[in-house]
Amino acid sequence: MNLITPDSGLLFWMVIIFGIVFFILWKFGFPIITGMVDKRTEHIDQSLKLAQEAEDRIRNLGVEQQAILDKTKAEQARILKEASDAKKAIIESAKEEASAQAKKILDRAKTEIAAEKEAALMDIRKEVALLSINMAEKVTRRDLSTDEGQMHYIDVLLDELKKGGNPSAPKDN
Amino acid sequence: MAGEPLCAPTKLLAQESEGAATAAQEGDIDVPDIIFSHIMDSYEWHITDWGEHSIAIHLPVILISRNDGITVFSSRHLEGGEEYRGYHIAGTGQKHEGKVVDSEGNRPFDISITKNVLSLMMSSILLLVVILLTARWYKTHDALKEAPRGIAAYMEPIIMMVHNMARESIGEEDYRRFSPYLCMAFLFILLNNFLGIVPFFPGGANLTGNIAITMFLALCTFLTVNLFGTKHYYKDIFAPDVPVLLKPIMPIIEVFSAVMKPVSLTIRLFANMMAGHILILSMVCIIFIMAKYGGVIFGSMTVVSVFFGVFCDMLECLVAFIQAYVFTMLSSIYIGLARQKGEH
Repeated sequence: MNLITPDSGLLFWMVIIFGIVFFILWKFGFPIITGMVDKRTEHIDQSLKLAQEAEDRIRNLGVEQQAILDKTKAEQARILKEASDAKKAIIESAKEEASAQAKKILDRAKTEIAAEKEAALMDIRKEVALLSINMAEKVTRRDLSTDEGQMHYIDVLLDELKKGGNPSAPKDN
Repeated sequence: MAGEPLCAPTKLLAQESEGAATAAQEGDIDVPDIIFSHIMDSYEWHITDWGEHSIAIHLPVILISRNDGITVFSSRHLEGGEEYRGYHIAGTGQKHEGKVVDSEGNRPFDISITKNVLSLMMSSILLLVVILLTARWYKTHDALKEAPRGIAAYMEPIIMMVHNMARESIGEEDYRRFSPYLCMAFLFILLNNFLGIVPFFPGGANLTGNIAITMFLALCTFLTVNLFGTKHYYKDIFAPDVPVLLKPIMPIIEVFSAVMKPVSLTIRLFANMMAGHILILSMVCIIFIMAKYGGVIFGSMTVVSVFFGVFCDMLECLVAFIQAYVFTMLSSIYIGLARQKGEH
């Protein structure tokens, strides 16, 4: 049956036509298409890889930024702490100096007051002496201004002392 | 398959077989003849009948014989079994039935442009144009910056499917050498399978259901496999690592298997496509057979056969793709096996 007998004429044309078409497409058809598509696939793969890398780098950049920020914050805290320490130290030393100064002033004032007091006491003593002399003068009613009188009074007093009497009781005269 | 062409071959056959033993009565339907006249090659391309007049393309008959040299004439002269320049078409029951023979019944070397050859030429031109246009798109555009458009967008997935199939089966190293052949085989089979399903003029020829075509394609695969086979491939055939007792038997089995591979490729594609055509034609023929059994049966069977005809056509579209895919995939696997390197 010629259904399953290959026809030589058709085979002949098939060889020629298929051969020509295959040759042309092999030279100018398929490799160009597949080559370009493969190149594009490669390009896409590479682009995706690059994008991934860039993304990673951006993510790392964030981490780096965070690190710098943290460092800066630490530095800031350190500086602030130092400043506050310095402040405290300055205040402390100022206080000390002020108290020393105050003590010095106080000491000087004390000595001055003491000197004044001494002077005042001396004045008062002198005054009291004068006053008592005056008073004694008045009490004795005697004029001790002359040498004779003075000598006389002194003799009286000396007598009294010899008798063992009280010098302060010359009023029994 | 429209109804019109059906009557024509019957009449043609009726004319041809005048005086033959199986003379068909006028109006009777000879189903095998209708079907076989459709799936077989012919010297003219019958398009349709217009009343009594049949519209057909008369193709050139080209004969080469030892006595007459090259003879070229139109197949119009051979219509109805007439003899022209000493040649005629052998009738039913004779040797070389349906083929041009000389007066003694011998077959000259016949390279006529038959229906299948014309179909082959047209589909080849179509394939050439489509692929070259696609290639031109890639040449004139920067594929790295533009998405494929137009014809390239249609063809790229198909070509890349075969290309990637070749990569998977043959391996990264040298699949590029074989990918064009596989692309060519796939697109050739796919295009001709689909053209075969189209029931009117540019299609309708049963090219991939012709054993000469499928045999040639399988032969191409066979040659590719065996010409590019590696040392390991041939070692596995002729000196495989098997027990001593099996050593003389293995080469016979392996050679047989190597030869059977293209045979199976040939028959699978041929039988599938031919069977599909027969199936669809049979569905359509049911309508004409039932015509003489009265209105009710005719009407109901028409509905049934139209339904099944549509179903078969859908199925054929699927089969057209599957067969092209299977042929290409098996070819790439055979090539991949022949390209093996070292022990696996």
